[in-house]
Amino acid sequence: MAAHSSPIAGDNTAGLIDLTAAVEERFGSEISRAPVGGGFVLTLALSQPDVLPALCKFLFWEHGCLFGGITTEEHAARWQMHYTFLLLGSGWIDLELSLPLETIVLPSIVAEVHAADWHEREIEDLFGIHFENHPRLGDFVLHDQIWHEGIDPMRKNFSASHPQLERKVDLDWQPLLVVGDPGSFAMPVGPIYEGGVGESLHFLLETVGEDVIRAAPRLFYNYRAVEKIAEGRTVGDALLLSERFAATSAFAHSLAFCLAAERIAAVDVPPRAAALRVLLAELERLRHHAGAIAAICESTALAVPASQAAIIEENLLRASCVFADHRYLFGLNTPGGLNRDFGSEQCNTLLVAVDEAESDLRILEKRLRLSSSFLDRLEDVGVVTGENARDLNLVGPIGRASAQHCDLRKACSYSGYGQLPFDVPCETEGDGYARLRVLFAEATQSAKLIHRVAGRLEEGLVRVSCELHRAGAALGWAEAPRGAALHWLRVDKTGVVERYRAITPSFNNWLGFHVAAENFAFQDFPIILATFGLSATECDR
Amino acid sequence: MSFWFWHGLRKGIQSTRYPGRAENTPGISPGRPMNTDFSSAEEARLAAEICPSDAIVAHGKSTYVDHGKCVNCQLCLHSLPSPMNWEPGFEWTRLPANRTESFPLPSAFAKSTHIMVVDAGDCGACLHEVKQLNNPLYNMHRLGFFLTATPRTADLLLVVGPVSENMRGPLLKTWEAMPTSRKVMAVGSCAISGGVFGRSFMCACGVGSVLPVDFEVPGDPPPPLAILHGLLVVAGRKSLKSLEPVSEGRS
Ligand code: SF4
Repeated sequence: MAAHSSPIAGDNTAGLIDLTAAVEERFGSEISRAPVGGGFVLTLALSQPDVLPALCKFLFWEHGCLFGGITTEEHAARWQMHYTFLLLGSGWIDLELSLPLETIVLPSIVAEVHAADWHEREIEDLFGIHFENHPRLGDFVLHDQIWHEGIDPMRKNFSASHPQLERKVDLDWQPLLVVGDPGSFAMPVGPIYEGGVGESLHFLLETVGEDVIRAAPRLFYNYRAVEKIAEGRTVGDALLLSERFAATSAFAHSLAFCLAAERIAAVDVPPRAAALRVLLAELERLRHHAGAIAAICESTALAVPASQAAIIEENLLRASCVFADHRYLFGLNTPGGLNRDFGSEQCNTLLVAVDEAESDLRILEKRLRLSSSFLDRLEDVGVVTGENARDLNLVGPIGRASAQHCDLRKACSYSGYGQLPFDVPCETEGDGYARLRVLFAEATQSAKLIHRVAGRLEEGLVRVSCELHRAGAALGWAEAPRGAALHWLRVDKTGVVERYRAITPSFNNWLGFHVAAENFAFQDFPIILATFGLSATECDR
Repeated sequence: MSFWFWHGLRKGIQSTRYPGRAENTPGISPGRPMNTDFSSAEEARLAAEICPSDAIVAHGKSTYVDHGKCVNCQLCLHSLPSPMNWEPGFEWTRLPANRTESFPLPSAFAKSTHIMVVDAGDCGACLHEVKQLNNPLYNMHRLGFFLTATPRTADLLLVVGPVSENMRGPLLKTWEAMPTSRKVMAVGSCAISGGVFGRSFMCACGVGSVLPVDFEVPGDPPPPLAILHGLLVVAGRKSLKSLEPVSEGRS
C-alpha cells in the first residue's frame, strides 16, 4: 500500500525569475511590479481589469501555478482585489487590482480558471460585485429563500451587529436544477440528515431511479460571517474566531492566522516555538486522519475497524488534552509564538500515545487491505482524475490522491518545515481507496515528524512580544489536515482588524465534489462523502 | 474476514464504567475555571480583564465564572500571575438562567431516550464530541440513548452551535415536528450564549433566543462525558448536582 512520494524540490528561485521575465514580456504594458512583502514573493499591480483572464490563464495553465483564491477588500475607499497564485517551491504571487468603488462589474476568470468559480460567487453574494460571463451567480452564501437581493454584508457600510429580523421566508423559492435529464427527478437531502450526527448541508440528488446522475451540494447553512464579525475586533479576539470556526482543524487555522499577524509585525518566533508548532500541527493531522479513516470504515458499515479507528482517534484526543490541556488544541497559538511551554516529560508521555496510535493504525491498515468486500466498495468509487483535480485545483489529501503533489509544508515552507525530512505521499488513481491510502501514509509521516521534532527540541523561549503598532496586511498559510489554508489579514495601526479573509481547503474542495459524485449508485453516496472527508463548517466560516 | 470478529473480541470491553463508577482517565476532560477568591482585588480584576468572553466577573477579591460564556481559551489559567482555580470533572449540566426547577423526561422514557441532533452553526467540536458518544469507549447505547433521524420519534432535541440564520428555519421546523413531551438541550458555549460568534446579523446568541431550552451543557466543547451527564439528567437518571447558584457572574 506504499504511496510514492512527491518530486517537488524545495527551492525554485530560478522558476520565479523565469516567470517574472515571461509575464513582463507578455503583459508588460498592463502590469507593473509593486514592492513585494506581506508573504508574497511577487506582486503585480494591474492597471485595468480586462487583462485578468489572460493573465490568470497564463499563470495557471502555462506556468503551472496553483490557484490560491481571490481576496476582496474595501480599503481606503477603493476596491482592492488580490488574485493569489502559488508558484511551487517559490511562493505566493499576488495580482493586485485597485478600482474605484463605483466599479461593480469585473471580468470573470472562471472560463480560464475553473477553481475561481466559488470565489466569484461568494464575492458577488457578499460584496455585490458582478462578474461578467460567470455561468451562475446568485443564491450561494446568503440563501435566497430568506435573504432578499441587495444585501451586501461584507461592505463597510453594513453593520454586522444589526439583526436582520424583518426577513420573511419565501415559500415559493425553488432550487435551480442544473440538468434535467428526461425522466429524472431531484431528491433533496438535508440540511438535517444522516441517522446519526451530521453537519448541516444540503444535497440535490438528481436521479432516474436506481442511480444518481449527479449530486449538487448546497452549503453555508453554518455561515457565521466570521470574516465580517472579525472586523473591528482586536487581533487577539479575531484569533479566537480563527481557532473556533472549524474546530477539527483549529490549530492549523490559528497557526496560519498567527503567521499573518507575525508577518505584519515583522516578528520571528523563537525556534522552540516554531518546532513545537510543527509538533502540535502534526498531532492534529494524525488525529484528524484517524477520524477520517474511522468515518470511511463506518460508511462501508464495517463495524469493527470503524470502532477501532474511533478508539484511536479518541485516544489521540485524550493525549492532546493531557499534553496541551485541550482536546482540540485551543488556546495555544498566539501572535509571537505559543501561550505556554512543554516539558520533556510531557513530550515523552505524548510520544508513547503517538506510537501506540501509529502502530494501531498500521495493524488496521494491514487488515483492511485483506478485507476484499471493503476494498470493493472503495475501489473505482468517487473517481477524480488527475486532469479534473488540476482543473479544479483540489488540495490536501484529496488532491494528492489524484496526483496533485502540492503540500504547502514543502511547496512553500513555513514554521521550519523546510528543514525537516518527511515525505508527501501521493497516489494517481483518484478513487476512494487511493484517498484512504494517502490518509494512512500521511498519518505515518506525521507520527515520524512528531518524533523527530520532540527529539531535537532546542531550549529557549516559546514566545516573543508581537505588538501590532503599524498598519499593514499580510498572508499566512498552513497545510491544514484537509489541505491548504490561507489567512489574509489587514490591521490598522492600533492593532484592530480591518479585513480578515480565510480561504479554507474545504471551500476549495467542495467545488470539486460533484466530479466524484457523478453516475453512482445510491448506496455509494455515504462512501464518496466519507472518502472526501470535507467539513461543511470549515467551508462556510 | 473472520479476523475482524476475533480482533474485536480480543480487544475486550473498553467502555467507560461511568455512570456506575467514577471515571477519571487522564484526558477525558479539559476541566474549567471555577469561582476563585484571590488575595487582592487587583488580582481578581486582572482575571476579569483577561477573559475575552466576559465570562469572569470580579467582586472585590472574588471572581465568578459564567460557564455558559467561557470559551475555554485558558488565558485565565496560563497567562495570569495568579491563575484562576481550575476544576477537573465533567458533571456540568445546568438549568438555563430562566429556570429554577428541573423537569426531566417522564420516567417512561428514562431507559430508552431517542435523540435528534441538530447542527445549528457549530464549529465541529461539539458535534464531534457528540459523535464520540457512539464510539466503544463511551457507547451510549448501553445506557439506552439512541440517535434518531426523524423528529417524530425523538424525545430530546440536542442542539449545538449559536444558531446561524440559515439554520434557524430548519431548527424551528424540527422542533415543531417533535412530540410535545420534547426536551431541548443546548450543548456548548455557543449554543448557550452565542460564544465567540453571537450576536450578529448572522447568528443568534444561542438556542435560548430561538427556542425554550430545558437544559444546558456548558463547555467549549463539553467533553463526551459532560454530554453524557446531560443526557442522564434529561432522562431523570442523574440529578443536577446542585443548582448552580445564580451568582453575580450570570448576567
Ligand atoms: S478560560 Fe473561560 S473564563 Fe478563562 S479566560 Fe478563557 S473564556 Fe474566560
